[in-house]
Amino acid sequence: MTEFPLSLRDIVVSRGERCLLRGLHLDVAPGDLVHLVGPNGCGKTSLLRVIAGLSPPQSGEVLWHGEPIVGQRLRYAQSIAWLSHQPGLKADLSLIENLTFDNALRRRVTAAQLDDTLIGLGIASRRDVRAGGLSAGQRRRAALARVLMSDAPLWLLDEPLTNLDTTGRAFVLSQLQSHAAAGGMIVFAAHTDIVIANTAVRRLEWEVSDDE
Amino acid sequence: MMSDKPVADTIELRPFATFRAMLWRELKLAFRRPSDLINPLFFFAIVVTLFPVAVSPLPDVLKVLGPGVVWVAVLLAALLPLNGLFGQDHEDGTLEHYVLSGQSLVAMCFAKIVALWLVSVLPLVIVSAVVAQSYLLPSSVVPILVTSLSLGGYSLCALGAVAAGLTVGVQRASALIALLVLPLMIPVIIFGARAVSLAAVEASLSGALDMLLAIAILTSLFAPIATAAAVRISLE
Amino acid sequence: MWKFFHQLASPPHFYRLAGLFAPWLLGLSLVGIVIGLYGGLVLAPADYQQGDAFRIIYVHVPSAYLSLMAYTMMAVASVIGLVWRMKLAHAVAAAAAPIGASFTFLALATGSIWGRPMWGTWWEWGDPRMMTELILLFLYLGYMALRSAIEDRNKADRASAVLAIVGVVNVVLVHYSVEWWSSLHQGQTIMNEDARMPTSMLAPLLIMIFAFTLFFGAALLQRLRAEVLEREHSARWVGRMLAEEQPNA
Repeated sequence: MTEFPLSLRDIVVSRGERCLLRGLHLDVAPGDLVHLVGPNGCGKTSLLRVIAGLSPPQSGEVLWHGEPIVGQRLRYAQSIAWLSHQPGLKADLSLIENLTFDNALRRRVTAAQLDDTLIGLGIASRRDVRAGGLSAGQRRRAALARVLMSDAPLWLLDEPLTNLDTTGRAFVLSQLQSHAAAGGMIVFAAHTDIVIANTAVRRLEWEVSDDE
Repeated sequence: MMSDKPVADTIELRPFATFRAMLWRELKLAFRRPSDLINPLFFFAIVVTLFPVAVSPLPDVLKVLGPGVVWVAVLLAALLPLNGLFGQDHEDGTLEHYVLSGQSLVAMCFAKIVALWLVSVLPLVIVSAVVAQSYLLPSSVVPILVTSLSLGGYSLCALGAVAAGLTVGVQRASALIALLVLPLMIPVIIFGARAVSLAAVEASLSGALDMLLAIAILTSLFAPIATAAAVRISLE
Repeated sequence: MWKFFHQLASPPHFYRLAGLFAPWLLGLSLVGIVIGLYGGLVLAPADYQQGDAFRIIYVHVPSAYLSLMAYTMMAVASVIGLVWRMKLAHAVAAAAAPIGASFTFLALATGSIWGRPMWGTWWEWGDPRMMTELILLFLYLGYMALRSAIEDRNKADRASAVLAIVGVVNVVLVHYSVEWWSSLHQGQTIMNEDARMPTSMLAPLLIMIFAFTLFFGAALLQRLRAEVLEREHSARWVGRMLAEEQPNA
């Protein structure tokens, strides 16, 4: 049996008393795009956090190349690019200062490549602006820049398209497509429908039962 | 952007570079908010003013009170920024990125402790050297005061970081942090303040400074590890 | 043997076993306390220095001993809970804390009563043992405060476990530092390092320590049962068991 890079086995996710997810099995192969769909509060973010290794599942395990992630925390973290609700920027630092710090930790791209990413996202003119002074959309795009400039094969994105205008959305979707085409994997949560050209998107949909 | 080669087997752990980058970031952030730097100093000034007012301004009393009052005032002032050590990071989402960076969280926590010490303890130590004169501390004793406060203040930052890590996300954690940290600081206060009192009456220090140094080294070893563990637990 | 421990860690079995043991422990401890108190208050001769006042050690020393033992148990349980991720270990730490804090308070109160004839006041700041007990009380309170401040139970378990481990080192350090401090200004200590106690005085003391330990065990088991019930309240075995106990409900 070929080993999938990312496997979820028998995952049970609960938040406090509520059980959000039971017995999830998921295998993600290179080139897969997995779309988590469901209403707010159903557990998309919780599941993403479990996959990222931030929270332990109530039971079950997450496997990276066949090994549980709990035993290889740092190595697994280096294989992930993370995008959450908050952009993860220091308000008192400029956009470029924020991103060069992340780059210093991972040393993945040159300054020129970073500039190219900023141009592509349309925020290059804002590079020296204090992050607290950026608009919500610009902060979102800066957070996406962090994802794009990482070398990580697995992208975990929580609502990647919020606060973006049409051009921004198109750019991000094209990036998702090229990442998948290059053999990367993306698991993302979005409450709107996503259509990406020439790419099959697997859906994981939450059903909310009325008696919960 | 994505390389075609599979994920490398060896991880590129660079703790020193991580430490440096984080230390530099924390220092930059601190200096962009000057008011946060000044507030503990004001607090310290107020506290050391209260004692002569509340107790007595007589020289004999001041000489006895001096070392202890200065010590306690420094510690209380140094407690103030602890709640914000991880608080801001948690709010703007950078804490998650630190945990997921793939680099050593222990090195990052150590950098935060050192930055906190540089930014909040050292200015307090400098001001205390001045204030000590007003409490009629002999100038020959001031070096002992400065050394003991620097070492003791470092232990406070280290232990405070553990407490801050444990209370990430807890509402109004300042009082809780004080409750957690101050009992842990009793040995440091005893060795530190008493060292200065002893030096003031020209008695032998009986190894008090050595104990402070030993405690500072001990906390350096385990506090970053405990803090990193605490942060991970708090983010679960 | 291993199977026994494995069974022990399973909540329904533990609940049942603890329920069986606790009353026996309590009974034995009460018997021990009666014997010990009789031996200490009636049989043992009066101390040549302190007269009858010293008799309070028959409560003070066991309390102090247990306050330290409880904290050590909390720290060990915390390590087990963190490293082996055993939920029951965390429950042990949570249950032990209030009991340990109570013993600490008792030690402080009895120590204060004991020291008053000598000190002239209800509290002597320079006494190393009393100061250690006081800081120990703060450590307990801080532990319980942290537990109640964190809403998620698993997080609270693990965070307070880290705190307990950090605190254990501190207990040793506090005691050493306060002793160093008091040696500098010769405070009046209440615990003379009198290793040579006549058997008639020592025997009741040992009995009391043993009896208090049994009492601690009984109290711990009872609290643990309550902890287990609370933590497992949504599990099936709890519902079944409660239905069995209240057939008319």
